[in-house]
Amino acid sequence: MASAASEEAVKAAKVLMVGAGGIGCELLKTLALTGFSDIHLIDLDTIEVSNLNRQFLFRKSHVGQSKAHVARDAVLKFRPKINISSYHANVKDAQFNVDFFKQFNVVLNGLDNLDARRHVNRLCLAAEVPLVESGTTGFLGQVTVHVKGKTECYECQPKPVPKSYPVCTITSTPSKFVHCIVWAKDLLFAKLFGDKNQDNDLNVHSKDGSSSKSDVFERDVDEDLDQYARRIYDHVFGYNIEVALDNEETWKNRRRPTPVYIRDTLPEETVQQNGTSRECNNGHEEPSAMASLGFRNPQEIWTLADNSRVFLETLKLFFEKRQKEIGNLIFDKDDQLAVELVTSAANIRAHSFGIPLHSLFEAKGVAGNIVHAVATTNAMIAGLIVIEAVKVLQGDYKNYRMTYCLEHAKRKMLLMPVEPFEPNESCYVCSETPLLLDVNTKTTKLREVIDKIIKSKLGMNLPLVMIGSTLVFEDGDGLEEDEAANYALNLEKVLAELPAPVINGTKLTVEDFQQELSCSINIKHREEFDEEKEPDGMVLSGWSAPVEKQVTSNGGKLAASSSSAHDTVGDASANPGTKRKLDEVLESKENCDASSSAQVIEDDDDTIMLDEDPTLLKKKRSQ
Amino acid sequence: MGGAGAEEELTAQETALYDRQIRVWGVDAQKRLSKAHVLVCGVNGTTIEFCKNIVLAGVGSLSLMDDHIVTQDDLNANFLIPPDESIYGGRSRAEVCCESLKDFNPMVRVAVAKGDPSLIDGEFLDRFDIIVVSCRPLKTKLFINDNCRKRSKHIAFYSIECKDSCGEIFADLQNHSYVQKMPGKEPEQQELTYPSLQEAISVPWKSLPKKTTKLYFAMRVLESFESSEGRNPGETSLSDLPAVLARRKEMCDRMSLNESQIPTVLLERLLAAGKKEHPPVCAILGGILGQEVIKSISCKGDPMKNFFYFDTADGKGVMEDVPPTPAD
Ligand SMILES: [Zn+2]
Repeated sequence: MASAASEEAVKAAKVLMVGAGGIGCELLKTLALTGFSDIHLIDLDTIEVSNLNRQFLFRKSHVGQSKAHVARDAVLKFRPKINISSYHANVKDAQFNVDFFKQFNVVLNGLDNLDARRHVNRLCLAAEVPLVESGTTGFLGQVTVHVKGKTECYECQPKPVPKSYPVCTITSTPSKFVHCIVWAKDLLFAKLFGDKNQDNDLNVHSKDGSSSKSDVFERDVDEDLDQYARRIYDHVFGYNIEVALDNEETWKNRRRPTPVYIRDTLPEETVQQNGTSRECNNGHEEPSAMASLGFRNPQEIWTLADNSRVFLETLKLFFEKRQKEIGNLIFDKDDQLAVELVTSAANIRAHSFGIPLHSLFEAKGVAGNIVHAVATTNAMIAGLIVIEAVKVLQGDYKNYRMTYCLEHAKRKMLLMPVEPFEPNESCYVCSETPLLLDVNTKTTKLREVIDKIIKSKLGMNLPLVMIGSTLVFEDGDGLEEDEAANYALNLEKVLAELPAPVINGTKLTVEDFQQELSCSINIKHREEFDEEKEPDGMVLSGWSAPVEKQVTSNGGKLAASSSSAHDTVGDASANPGTKRKLDEVLESKENCDASSSAQVIEDDDDTIMLDEDPTLLKKKRSQ
Repeated sequence: MGGAGAEEELTAQETALYDRQIRVWGVDAQKRLSKAHVLVCGVNGTTIEFCKNIVLAGVGSLSLMDDHIVTQDDLNANFLIPPDESIYGGRSRAEVCCESLKDFNPMVRVAVAKGDPSLIDGEFLDRFDIIVVSCRPLKTKLFINDNCRKRSKHIAFYSIECKDSCGEIFADLQNHSYVQKMPGKEPEQQELTYPSLQEAISVPWKSLPKKTTKLYFAMRVLESFESSEGRNPGETSLSDLPAVLARRKEMCDRMSLNESQIPTVLLERLLAAGKKEHPPVCAILGGILGQEVIKSISCKGDPMKNFFYFDTADGKGVMEDVPPTPAD
């Protein structure tokens, strides 16, 4: 690439990198080697041990420090004369506004979550700065180029969102291991150790209606810890299943679950014998049931009895060693004891429902939505990003390419370049096409529209809502007290009763000043909504609805679990989006088979989505 | 607790460090990796990318062979050499890079292997499972490849060259059996038989498919030119163009290929590249080679057979099977 022109362009360029994780480390290194000498780098994360297998700018001694700062220092060691500005901050912070973005010639994303990607996309559109996007999952990856007016924006195509499951599947009728994990993590764990005031769908029937205990999960001050652990065990795995079995209707066409009681799973063990070795677990080490029970191999699938031992032991350890945290714990995939509890509980429940058990390693992957990542893919993707960035700097738009990194060669290609698509004319982000919202204007509050539609679906951060010229809501700092109070009042009003009533045919204008995004929503009044299919009680159309994403796990094919936020591994999310499935690519995930004898759950809808199917290209090209 | 013997298990430290990649290739592959020994002859920006990748991945050991004293030119695409003469001055490329690589992963043994690649003998080769050669004359590559094939131990051979914006990787896995898992199918044991480097570069061009990448032919012309002049790869400049065009004509005539299959502009680019490496291309080639070596060691996944080409001009990363495996 030694043309003098490209070298000049590189030297003169000021670039913004968002993300200093798996792709980011590689990218910063390759940018510096290529001759880029003014690089700004934003990353919110700190370094973790599990980053070190690929984020090669980091060492064990850096664990806990800012990725952005450490990456900067590491690269300055071999290119001391270039300028790297690092920000240990969230790219969504107000300091990174449109003016901030405008100073750059190109923005390069190495992000791990949809939310931040959408945000950066909007700022790039508003600032009219070209964006090079990227993502990897295992051996798969892609790089795309987004230049306003020339190619599609990052949001022109639907993006995957984490899969969620119907509540009743989780509480009553699990059929896959992931359902048991979600139950263990979001219901049981949250009930036992989380905020007691949070809503929780876990069944908490007491044994007899007259029981003095209002909450069976409360431990009496003088209750023996072993007794308590066994009582909880019997309640959630035994009694609750019995109660569920009473509902004959549920089991007409389903396999009936088996209640599990501690006296059956561990008949020979008396209260005293269990967990005697706990004493050696003193203080220095992070408490772990595996450690105190002498279980070493996280790849191993424990028997029902061993799962039961782990379950009792984790409960006791939480009360003995981490009493202070109880009541405000949130599940964290890096919390060993929490992973042990969730694994054992999910396995015991899986046993009840005739679902194959899984190892702690696999369970952790599912519970933590862990993204698979290897150094080689990140390195190649970073190389491809730089190649595109150099073209962008030279305005060589005829040669812009999106490139897929494949696991199985297609038409002999492992790296497959494809011409970018042109902008989607009905994209609500980069075009001015209005959206349509079906909503019951007489019963729906403004708050619901803002939370469920404007923030969650349209991805706005600090929205402002106008009806005609009447401002009904605004977010953010700097509001006068009376304004803020007024908006707070409006939030709780139903649409039809707002100061400027919203009825059939009203047009809402929604804006986010930070993202400099504005769009119109036409309102259509409708009274009936299908609870199953339209759970929001509102339907937004005219935008690209997200597609549910599933992340496969190594141990067979396991869906990503619901609720928890995106994993912050750093590379993540085979830069989502989906018009079509990339069959060959997707199923390549099967290549990663598990250790030992992991039993594979057949998951019919188990796929990883990429933006486009390169085999079906040639559709609508830009230029 | 059941399971295999403790010594077979990965340590807790390994499991924590390699968590994300074990989720990609499984524990067995990780165990095999940790027992594999790799030798790299020729330290440059491209092979350093490869080294970084396999050290991070947790290979058993990595040995670097390159006695050349570090010069200013070596700094261009190599992020392991700090631009400080008091650190690199008077020391070999292998020594300086070895030190930095050790830091990447304390669980991997990284060492310097002193010596001349053109003289390494068979017994020395037996210490390794993977040999990677870069920036060495064709005759050295052929010699090493030949020696690998003569050993009773299975030793995979790779050659890798970056020519600025283009690159080539060659693989000889001899007889390689591996587990193939295609979408929707049961895992199947597959056997592949690779040609040697000598066989792969002496295939009559006429017998190759029309779509064979032009880089394959161009690299052969360049290689033939460098060999006959006694030069190392990359010891070329644009002033060699007339001689190289004559070489193209001679080879095309002999093998009945239309000269337009090897465009002059492509030869110009390769000659002008000299020893220059474009860092993004190093990253791509080093990434592909890293992945290929991991596949080869773990006996999992379809390995590349037997050439890989990348060119920034079209952005394609292509595999070529030369000579083509007969369809059965
Ligand atoms: Zn768009």
